[in-house]
Amino acid sequence: MSIDKETARRAAYLARIEVKDEDLDALAGELSGILDFMEQLSEVDVEGVEPLTSVTPMNLPMRKDEVTDGYQQDKILANAPDAREGFFAVPKVVE
Amino acid sequence: MLDLAYTEPKPKVISGAKGDWELVIGMEVHAQVASKAKLFSGASTEFGAEPNSNVSFVDAAMPGMLPVINEFCVEQAVRTGLGIKAAINLYSAFDRKNYFYPDLPQGYQISQLYHPIVGEGEILVDMEPGVARNVRVERIHLEQDAGKSVHDMDPNMSFVDLNRTGVALMEIVSMPDIRGPEEAAAYLTKMRQILRYLGTCDGNMQNGNMRADVNVSVCPAGQYEKYRETGDFSHLGTRCELKNMNSMRFIQAAIDYEARRQIAILEDGGTIDQETRLYDADKNETRSMRSKEEAQDYRYFPCPDLLPLVIEQSWVDEIKASLPELPDAKKARFVTEFGMTEYDASVLTADVRDAAYFEEVAQGRDGKQAANWVINELFGRLNKAELTIKDSPISADQLGGILDLIAKDEISGKIGKDLFEIVWNEGGDPAKIVEERGMKQVTDTGAIETAVDQIIADNPAQVEKAKQNPKLAGWFVGQVMKATGGKANPKAVNEIVAKKLQD
Repeated sequence: MSIDKETARRAAYLARIEVKDEDLDALAGELSGILDFMEQLSEVDVEGVEPLTSVTPMNLPMRKDEVTDGYQQDKILANAPDAREGFFAVPKVVE
Repeated sequence: MLDLAYTEPKPKVISGAKGDWELVIGMEVHAQVASKAKLFSGASTEFGAEPNSNVSFVDAAMPGMLPVINEFCVEQAVRTGLGIKAAINLYSAFDRKNYFYPDLPQGYQISQLYHPIVGEGEILVDMEPGVARNVRVERIHLEQDAGKSVHDMDPNMSFVDLNRTGVALMEIVSMPDIRGPEEAAAYLTKMRQILRYLGTCDGNMQNGNMRADVNVSVCPAGQYEKYRETGDFSHLGTRCELKNMNSMRFIQAAIDYEARRQIAILEDGGTIDQETRLYDADKNETRSMRSKEEAQDYRYFPCPDLLPLVIEQSWVDEIKASLPELPDAKKARFVTEFGMTEYDASVLTADVRDAAYFEEVAQGRDGKQAANWVINELFGRLNKAELTIKDSPISADQLGGILDLIAKDEISGKIGKDLFEIVWNEGGDPAKIVEERGMKQVTDTGAIETAVDQIIADNPAQVEKAKQNPKLAGWFVGQVMKATGGKANPKAVNEIVAKKLQD
């Protein structure tokens, strides 16, 4: 499967990764290579094989419904470029 | 359980310029799980806290933090599924729904696209006594809520609060079986009622505790039936999604507006773009929400941080055994057990706490009378005072006490209402109040006769008139009641007055 320059541009936009125009061709080539490898893997006959979800046999661990965390507004906001009155302040995002 | 018989309501029809159109509606209800902690972290779910105080590093998506699922939330999803007679999937799994927004620090929402925990179920949506529709539910899945953005605190900035980030939601997805704005509101009402009976969601729409995305399309008559026969959605019109509705009134207005908008486009020869729209209550219109150049692409994939969720059938059975009596069953039982109308049963079962209160009052008493007093006196008084049953100044025990006094003929129904007011305002034991304030009904005919004799003796002119016109006896009855402070047994007074006037 081949990824063209426009598809690469769109993937970068969706992931909010800034890619320079001159780098897009190379990126498209790399992505195509990855997908080609996936296609090659798809040729393996896995009929009747259970999907492997973990290499160790274990179930999803669960927690009790108890409040054990939070109450750390200062730490949560510590890395914010801008915080006001306990909120993160970000450029206006309303459409 | 006893089933009450129903007929289906007619779909809402809107007459366009060129013909009649029917509405087809499907809903996605987001119900917040009534848990103390979040779905994947130990931060509190408390509403109205200081911004960003109920946030763990998991919720803030700090690097290296891993989600651990809250068992109680899983249990509530299963419980809700069982409450709508749905299939429970012992194997389910979590996926990432990727999108960018400032109130979503992870850059994705953990949800269950491919393997939801609950499969197909159904909800009986009541419209009026004897009229209801069975709406199919496609699935229920667990997912994380996003944070809250506040846009009106600053002209150039949006303010983000992550307290709600990661709170557990059950997304309850219906099939397109809802056929009008009123039905949509009734569906939401019934859903809320069931969730509150189950105790899995508080259902507080004002707090955003329960919100709905509403999918609306229109089609000519007959198309919907074709869809139901074949299961082929192409018989239906293209739908638009109205996002984040949390008011029963606005949901109905928005659906009505949206249906008319679509009809106008179709009759003009146009086509409907499948899109997400936002309802503006101030202008009563819907507008396209997302910019069209970049179509949404969520790039779902299995969440690598979470193993599949595998639960035991024995646990599901245990949860099933603990389910309370649900609204439909309770309503049917009230009708048969207490001989009340379906309407009264609906009123009494609308809220689980109302129903419990009524049953306590009705216990060992006349159920119909208890229903009358709870609905007419208590609910009427609570409404007037803008209180709910949980804040009722009169307990079920006290109201029962009043009913006992009436049943024993110690007070009349009219005095009962006065007594109700006293207990409402001052509290106390009804029997004691009646005793202490001498409110007991006078059934002693001797005492009543004395009072009647006195009034006859004091009013010779009235007696003469009454002898010619027996209808005037009512005046004497009134005087006796006044003289006895309303405590005389009205039946005895009537008889004695009639007899004495004839003498």
